Amino acid sequence: MRVMAQMSMVMNLDKCIGCHTCSVTCKQAWTNRSGVEYVWFNNVETRPGQGYPRTYENQERWQGGWTRTRSGRLKPRSGGRLKKMFSIFANPKLPSMQDYYEPWTYDYEHLINAPAGDDIPVARPKSLLTGEDMKVTWSANWDDSLAGGNEIAAGDPVLAKVSDQVKQEFEKTFMFFLPRICEHCLNPSCAAACPSGAIYKRAEDGIVLVDQDRCRGWRMCVTGCPYKKVYFNHRTGKAEKCTFCFPRIEIGQPTICSETCVGRLRYLGLMLYDADRVAEAAAVRDEHDLYDAQRSVFLDPHDPAVVAAAREAGIPDDWIEAAQRSPVWDLIMKYEVALPLHPEYRTMPMVWYIPPLSPVADVLRETGHDAEEAGNLFGAIDALRIPVDYLAELFTAGDPAPVRGVLNRLAAMRSYQRRINLGEAADESIAAAVGMTGAQMDEMYRLLAIAKYEQRYVIPAAHAEDAHRLEKIATECSLDYEGGPGMGGGGPYGQGPFGESSGTPVPVQVETFHMQRNRQTTDAFTDPGDEPRRVNLLNWDGKSTPKGLFPPRRTEPEHTDGSKP
Amino acid sequence: MNTLLWVIYPYLSLVILVGGLVWRYRYDKFGWTTRSSQLYESTILRWGSPLFHFGVLMVLIGHVGGLLIPKAWTEAVGITEHTYHLMAVFIGTVAGFCTLIGMGLLIARRRLTGPVFAATTRNDKAMYLVLAAVIVLGLWSTVRANVTGPGYDYRETISPWFRSLFYFSPDPQLMADVPVGFQIHVVAAFALFAFWPFTRLVHAFSAPVGYLTRPYVVYRSRGDQPGLGRTRPGWEGPPRLPSSRGDRTRSRR
Repeated sequence: MRVMAQMSMVMNLDKCIGCHTCSVTCKQAWTNRSGVEYVWFNNVETRPGQGYPRTYENQERWQGGWTRTRSGRLKPRSGGRLKKMFSIFANPKLPSMQDYYEPWTYDYEHLINAPAGDDIPVARPKSLLTGEDMKVTWSANWDDSLAGGNEIAAGDPVLAKVSDQVKQEFEKTFMFFLPRICEHCLNPSCAAACPSGAIYKRAEDGIVLVDQDRCRGWRMCVTGCPYKKVYFNHRTGKAEKCTFCFPRIEIGQPTICSETCVGRLRYLGLMLYDADRVAEAAAVRDEHDLYDAQRSVFLDPHDPAVVAAAREAGIPDDWIEAAQRSPVWDLIMKYEVALPLHPEYRTMPMVWYIPPLSPVADVLRETGHDAEEAGNLFGAIDALRIPVDYLAELFTAGDPAPVRGVLNRLAAMRSYQRRINLGEAADESIAAAVGMTGAQMDEMYRLLAIAKYEQRYVIPAAHAEDAHRLEKIATECSLDYEGGPGMGGGGPYGQGPFGESSGTPVPVQVETFHMQRNRQTTDAFTDPGDEPRRVNLLNWDGKSTPKGLFPPRRTEPEHTDGSKP
Repeated sequence: MNTLLWVIYPYLSLVILVGGLVWRYRYDKFGWTTRSSQLYESTILRWGSPLFHFGVLMVLIGHVGGLLIPKAWTEAVGITEHTYHLMAVFIGTVAGFCTLIGMGLLIARRRLTGPVFAATTRNDKAMYLVLAAVIVLGLWSTVRANVTGPGYDYRETISPWFRSLFYFSPDPQLMADVPVGFQIHVVAAFALFAFWPFTRLVHAFSAPVGYLTRPYVVYRSRGDQPGLGRTRPGWEGPPRLPSSRGDRTRSRR
């Protein structure tokens, strides 16, 4: 047993409203540069739909992930080492820009510079690749919320796998959103495909990263990743991928996509796993067994033997303790409601999903039934092959049994809690019907519905004696940034020689770190009961100092600084 | 003039090559890439690139065989001058034309495909010029001398001179009577060597041979310097007590 820790994520698809906030904040944080305009480390796809890049799930075509050889071993589907070397001069399976989309901007300047005339000037779309005029015909979420209808959704490779009858019904019935980031697989095929060895899995937390200094732009990783979550920066000629926001994770903050998720549907936590058993589990013969095989690799952090082995492996105690509190462990192993995305790629993905129950409930409601009643829901899950088969193609390599199990547990929780909500007596038989107890139902409900920030994101900070050098924490003098006052730049706390706001700006992280953390973890306003003292800013002309606009410090004496008389 | 062209100039260019590579590796690892344009266009690239690269690899092997292996050695194992000549001319010409056609395709693609042309730097253009000059001159000299002409045995002159560079006893006299075509080819080649470290051609030096033997999945430890922060030299943070063992690197966890 070789214990390793893996930072992992679970997303509850029932809660995703497809608002794309995660995509936007991720883009702002990581890929708002030239060369990666088309790169979405996080994207939200509508299912059914073609996904991004188009039809990436069709591995017959794109050759991503692993394949099991006749001798029972794994090799990259796109070919072993020799084949890679011979196709290195022109990767035959690389998606082209058209499979993503041609990035563009608008000629805004024309709005101002256009000569006077009869027509209103317009800002035309200009290609960011050529600078020429272009016609916008596709984007990262062109088929959002089934836009384009069946014509586009019919190109969904997952839909192609389910039967015709299911397909027709499906198109009438439902859609849901699937947010995707890099899976940070236990058995990453992008790393396996990289000729330079630039893609690596971090031994401490399992985050898969590209070493930008070692990447040589052979672009085999793009083919290797079946989720197409490694992108090629067409300006720098280097591969880039989701980093799991490692600078934030290292100091115990959640990833940007989790942090800003409006639906609060993401859970972050550690999983301990047995690294020695990964290869074996990823190579089981039957694809349907892959879900259970991957679960069998995970180690129970509550087991004293595992704890001892983890200590042996150098995993610090607070990490082990965090693994014991991990919401991801609970969702995957305890309640068994989370499923991996496309286990059939054999990469052992580590971003799992709770499949959505809402579509089933919606259908039920439309047919006039009580969609919260346990019997009805169980019956519907059994009867409605549509969502179950489709979800099974996504999450269990086509095996409907685990999906049905998950949906049943979610359905049971829904009706169990409904009774409580309506003031009726809790019905243990509902819990028992899915092999759980009422207490477990309650716990699961708490985790899924009302878990707070610290319960959703259990992230132990990285252990490095010089973690204080991380950009976001200021254990060193916070003024010692380049050109700052600590480096001889100016007066106290970020003030330049000519008073406030002169000089270079203070790195925002230093100021906001504690404030941010405070805001994230509290439910109350800073100063409960301050309503009478609040000021309507719309009426404030900026000249006077209305009472209550600048509240006096309550605990410390009035702060004095030199710049204000 | 002879000394300048066949002693000083080649040494200078080799020094720039090695020094440039070391410098680039130390200070511009990030820029060390193929800067592939396959994302923009791949139909022409699928033919042009393998043609060029495999061709140029064959040409490289040919040059190693012709320049570095002394004539006496090949004759010792029973390869007569005639056999060698036939082989070299035949394979060399085929490889040369593969390279030339491949390069033609690639350059045409670069000029004619909008996004690819937009991504072409001045450095690239200069590099293509020098590279094309070297290849065309080499091919032209070979074809003129050995295919249409009476044949020229460069293994009597150019090869010993080239090897003499590496013994540090260069003999410029050997090059004095070499046909002008070959002379220009050699001069152009050394210009290319000097230019090499400063172009995208550096990717040739990172041919991923290690891939054949390494395990598929690479694990790496986070290392001493986590996160995005960079430590400036001379500013390693507040003073810290030296550890009892006296070593400066700290344990990972």
